Amino acid sequence: MPEILVFATLNGLVTGLLLFMLASGLTVIFSMMGVLNFAHASFYMLGAYFAYSISLWFGYWTGLIVAPLLVGALGALVERYGLRRVHQQGHVAELVFTFGLAFLIEEAVQFFWGPETRNYQAPELLDFPLFTLFGQEFSAYRGFMLAISMSIFLGLYHTLTRSRVGLVIQAAITHPQMTAQLGHNVPLIFTMVFGVGTALAGLAGVIAGPVLTTFPGMALGLGSIVFVIVVIGGLGSLQGALLASLLIGLLQSYAIAADVGVPDLLAMLGVEFPGDHPLDDLWTLHLAQVAPVLPFLLLVLVLVFRPKGLLGKRE
Amino acid sequence: MLELSGLHAWHGKSHVLQGVELEVGRGEIVSLLGRNGAGRSTTLKAIIGEVEPHGSIVFRNKQIAGRKSFEIARLGLGHVPENRQVFPGLTVRQNLLLGMKPGAAAGRWNIAELFAMFPLLAARAETPGGVLSGGEQQLLSMCRTLMGDPEMILIDEPTEGLAPKLVEQVGNLLLEIAARGVAILLVEQKRNIAMRISQRLYVMGHGQVVWEGSPDSLARADAVRAEWLEV
Repeated sequence: MPEILVFATLNGLVTGLLLFMLASGLTVIFSMMGVLNFAHASFYMLGAYFAYSISLWFGYWTGLIVAPLLVGALGALVERYGLRRVHQQGHVAELVFTFGLAFLIEEAVQFFWGPETRNYQAPELLDFPLFTLFGQEFSAYRGFMLAISMSIFLGLYHTLTRSRVGLVIQAAITHPQMTAQLGHNVPLIFTMVFGVGTALAGLAGVIAGPVLTTFPGMALGLGSIVFVIVVIGGLGSLQGALLASLLIGLLQSYAIAADVGVPDLLAMLGVEFPGDHPLDDLWTLHLAQVAPVLPFLLLVLVLVFRPKGLLGKRE
Repeated sequence: MLELSGLHAWHGKSHVLQGVELEVGRGEIVSLLGRNGAGRSTTLKAIIGEVEPHGSIVFRNKQIAGRKSFEIARLGLGHVPENRQVFPGLTVRQNLLLGMKPGAAAGRWNIAELFAMFPLLAARAETPGGVLSGGEQQLLSMCRTLMGDPEMILIDEPTEGLAPKLVEQVGNLLLEIAARGVAILLVEQKRNIAMRISQRLYVMGHGQVVWEGSPDSLARADAVRAEWLEV
């Protein structure tokens, strides 16, 4: 039992912090634009594909550095020459724009890399068990993912709360016009934040690609969960995004690890059903099978009981 | 220092400013009077670029109509808006730090001195701006703009809704600003304050300047006051 708990917690942290790398950018960008960026997870996918292609020529480590930079530059261009113009047409136009962009990126990925899964591998350097506990191995690559996302979180937190740039960003989020009237170049700050946010999504793609597989559907799968996180945490709240990311990561991880299901519950109650019952699938359901649904279940519960999210301030 | 000519501006379809003409000299205190809706706040917003201006706005010999707000601010023009716009999640000290422009040298004002002038703010240095009272927020908003060392400052209704004691403090700060050679274009509802500290006054009505003169001549111009100011 303790080994299951330890590994489920570690894996939950890996997933949770990875999700936070996406959710943090999404939530800060939402605070600025007032609109959810539906293409955010597409930048995550681009990160994985860029890193894959770069790794074929220059190895994994070059991809780790260069791919997020490329994705961030692309994100900054999208904000500067796309979103900023569309913004004048109102929120609906912006929303449709990011929707279109998500489809465009997915089609582009299929066009250049094909529809099948790409064999993007973790570097050999990290292909060893970091430690063995209770006879189970924890791979060095997962430890590496944990270290990267932890340092990103600390760096982000420090930049936003301690540095002058962070102060200007916080000010521009609540009162963009006043911030500009104090002499700060707010449009440039918005472009920078968009660039850094998409670069973080790209970095998440780079380090998650080898583990969660690199294929054209990867944006859609993770994207919906990231939206769930941002809504559960409270739109625009960075602390909320962290809390919800860890919550979802751990919840899923525990659900998969806990080998319990309806049969155990029924056995506890002393009830038994014949194996050929038409609703047999229901009686044999295991918690691990419903794990992917849990985030959405949590979303519904949060929306019903606390519509502004766990740490959100606005309705 | 500042010269507006033929300034027009629109809010949606309504034609709010209809050819405003006015000027403010170096270090001068000038007040803009008028009833609500006469276009006083919009004039300030058009100058700083928050509302799109049509016409000519010359500040320190440069045409600033059509420039971005942050560029206008960097030329040395500050705006203290009517709703104060204090950054609610940031402390008083952080609010003041944000008033400093990127890469600017030390100016006429610094935090220590402003805190000495207003012990009220000093006592709340590490308190989030959002929990301050209206009067404290007004002082903070003015001090924040001063941290950027402007040559001229546009102030919109600084004493609105304040307790008498704070009205006095705000009035004293206005005089101190002018004493350091910073020009002020003041929009003020309380005519006694405007009359006491201004060198010249403009009266606005229907989006235009309808009268111009000294405080003494306004005191004597009963017809102007009756037609454009008194409710």
